[in-house]
Amino acid sequence: MKTILKSVLSLVALVSFLTSCAPTTGDKETNGTAKGAIAGNAAEKVYVAPGQHDSHYAFISGGFNGQLSVYGLPSGRLFRIIPVFSQDAEKGYGYSEETKPMLMTSHGFIPWGDLHHPDISQTNGSVDGRWVFVNENNTPRIARVSLETFETEEIIEIPNSAGNHSSSYVTENTEYVVAGTRFAVPYPQRDMPIEDMKGNFKGALSFLKVDPETGRMNIDFQVMMPGFDYDKAHPGRNKSSDWFFFTTYNTEEANTLLEVNASQNDKDYIAAVNWKKISEYVANGGGKRVPANYAHNVWDDNKHMAVTTMKKDVLIVEPKEVPGAIYFLPTAKSPHGCDVDPTGEYIIGSGKLAAAMTIHSFSKMMKAIENKDFDGDAYGIPIIKFEAVNYGVLEQPGLGPLHTEFDTRGNAYTTFFISSEVVKWNIKDLKVLDRHPVYYSVGHLMIPGGNSRTPDDKYLVAMNKITKDRYLPTGPEVCQSAQLFDISGDKLELLLDFPTVGEPHYAAGIAADKVAPKSKKIYKLDENIHPYATKNEADSRVVRKGNEVHIYMTMIRSHFSPDNIEGVRVGDKVFFHVTNLEQDYDVPHGISMIGANTSELLVMPGRTATFVWEPKQVGVWPFYCTDFCSALHQEMQGYVRVSPKGSNTPIKYTLDGDVPGVD
Amino acid sequence: MKIKLATLFIISFFAFTSCKNEVKETKQTTPTSSTSDAKPEHKGQANVKLTEGEQANALQVAKTIEDFSTLVAAIEAAGVEDAVVNAGPLTIFAPLNTAFEKLPEGTVETLLKPENKPKLAYILTNHVAPANYPVKQLMKEAKKGRKLYMASGKYLPVENKDGKIFVDGVSIIKSVKVSNGWIHVIDQVLVPSEKQ
Repeated sequence: MKTILKSVLSLVALVSFLTSCAPTTGDKETNGTAKGAIAGNAAEKVYVAPGQHDSHYAFISGGFNGQLSVYGLPSGRLFRIIPVFSQDAEKGYGYSEETKPMLMTSHGFIPWGDLHHPDISQTNGSVDGRWVFVNENNTPRIARVSLETFETEEIIEIPNSAGNHSSSYVTENTEYVVAGTRFAVPYPQRDMPIEDMKGNFKGALSFLKVDPETGRMNIDFQVMMPGFDYDKAHPGRNKSSDWFFFTTYNTEEANTLLEVNASQNDKDYIAAVNWKKISEYVANGGGKRVPANYAHNVWDDNKHMAVTTMKKDVLIVEPKEVPGAIYFLPTAKSPHGCDVDPTGEYIIGSGKLAAAMTIHSFSKMMKAIENKDFDGDAYGIPIIKFEAVNYGVLEQPGLGPLHTEFDTRGNAYTTFFISSEVVKWNIKDLKVLDRHPVYYSVGHLMIPGGNSRTPDDKYLVAMNKITKDRYLPTGPEVCQSAQLFDISGDKLELLLDFPTVGEPHYAAGIAADKVAPKSKKIYKLDENIHPYATKNEADSRVVRKGNEVHIYMTMIRSHFSPDNIEGVRVGDKVFFHVTNLEQDYDVPHGISMIGANTSELLVMPGRTATFVWEPKQVGVWPFYCTDFCSALHQEMQGYVRVSPKGSNTPIKYTLDGDVPGVD
Repeated sequence: MKIKLATLFIISFFAFTSCKNEVKETKQTTPTSSTSDAKPEHKGQANVKLTEGEQANALQVAKTIEDFSTLVAAIEAAGVEDAVVNAGPLTIFAPLNTAFEKLPEGTVETLLKPENKPKLAYILTNHVAPANYPVKQLMKEAKKGRKLYMASGKYLPVENKDGKIFVDGVSIIKSVKVSNGWIHVIDQVLVPSEKQ
């Protein structure tokens, strides 16, 4: 009996050993082989050999970090972080005297912003690689980044706005960049009970005119819409290019516990705004100028500095002033993404809480407007009957649709936050073609030119909010990520994961050959008109003005001029105005002064930059070059003698024992 | 002799230019995205192209001047092109073609032989100071009796004779600012001396 039991037991053990062991080994092997094969194939597709260039640029939002990251596709290599709404030590942005005005607002100097949606300027409905526009969500602003210098050239604050989220999207010829408020606020802003929100709060949609030559922005007009939340926006394309579409939620106008109170209505709206009509209206003197207070900060590449202008009024247009310009299209529950396909016919609302996606038809919309197929109005704005405008619904495509982009083959690609996947579907047929999981909880996705008339549809980048176990852990805070897909075939093929810097709310992509040839290499010294520029070593000098000391300093491989300075006193405000005399590509110099609040100011060839030092201690203090500029970089250093407050030490400055410029 | 030398240089030039053409051709067939081209191609800094508005570096300037054709050929034969385009800063005392012609017969031909590459490189480095020396600074060096430390490891004396600068006894004919330093034109080759 014992023996039988034993043998039974051992048999069971053997079987369980075999079964538990065999499949595991098998699994591992199959997985390993399968993954290996896919990985090998994918690796080839993203491998950019050393010294070779990527085929595309991707400009990925840095979210709460306030910057825009520049990546190469398909490699996923990070090239540069462009500071926009936040100070950045690497570039001295927001630290140097010249760049500080870029971060001025009506609330004062704001060194930190929340950057959301990059959009590349367009010509004839295609991305043209001139500028990237980005929005700041927290203290509402729109910025323009140059794709020649890869620097922020302009930031304009948006008044009457809060949570600047349905921004910053451009029309087909960059006539306008558009910014919609996510949070309704009292208009005009005033001290009032919060519970009186309904009807008293407004949602401003701002249309910023862009100068076709310089890119300079100004707020042409603001449409003062009902106090809903305007979440996302998309300009019409092709036949619908005179229109702009905005998703709304919280049409309930709730001011508390929005997760419940803003989800009461079965449908919210997509607001369709005929911007061309309103633009003509204001060009003919329409609208009303009302007092406002907002900052306009403009960078000048010849002066090498930014200037802030406080603007004091803005042109307001009430919807009722321009009949036939604004309509509401009922759309499934609390839509987030508002996307228009390249033909301009399909307007897609991603109802993030709805079981289906709403696809409206532009031609049906025009017909409904003509036939006055309305279902009442909201604050005087006609609501078009759902059936009259709806092309169809994509039933059960996934959970939590957020955002859609397009290819050239009539397909749409939508992200689903809750079910963590990207779904490819045919718009006309309303049929799902493929789906691929993403890791994890995807927000937006980007196809280069994928929101334009002409998508460049080889790659798709999905941007994920959560990564958990996808990378080596780095404590409680782990990176957010992007995932690159090849979409040239029938099926989505996952090629690469790469981490992003900050939360990647959205991105914009473009073929490298539209940008790279125009990339600036140096600033020409003879075009430098900075008031404190020193264009010749012989002109370098030190000037005292009361308790201000101005050092007109030059840098060239491998010394500063002057490099010995005396006569500075405790309590002085010392301005280092430093000009890099180099005219050679990729030879910046840096400067650091002990005890200064700015450690390392990197100065590009031909540029002048300024930092302030307020010496607090008597002594002889060194400064040095902070960028490995040359073989004699370590020799690039100097001294400043600091005498006690009230002492008579005269100003003295030399280089190699002589006063610069004096033979 | 002159004819022989010229022929040699023409040949070597052809060798280099043809080599470059090959490089160009390879580059053209390589797409911007090299995903299919797994074999990386590595080129030195001397191949970085100059764009409009940028100042030319020492080698780029030398190449545009016919009187430096021997020097340029020597730089290429010695394989030091990448060093003379480096961020430096570099001060190059650049001998004219006529300077090379002053050398004993057969010297240049011998130096250009592949087996003499290190020797040629050594002679060339004796013409380069790893520092920024405009004429004004050289005058100062002369006044203060400071010697120039050359990339060869030698220290060369600087003299100011009636406002004319002499380096190791050789006068500077002309000076050109280049992006990575200075070129001072001389009409004699600075052959490194046996002693320091």
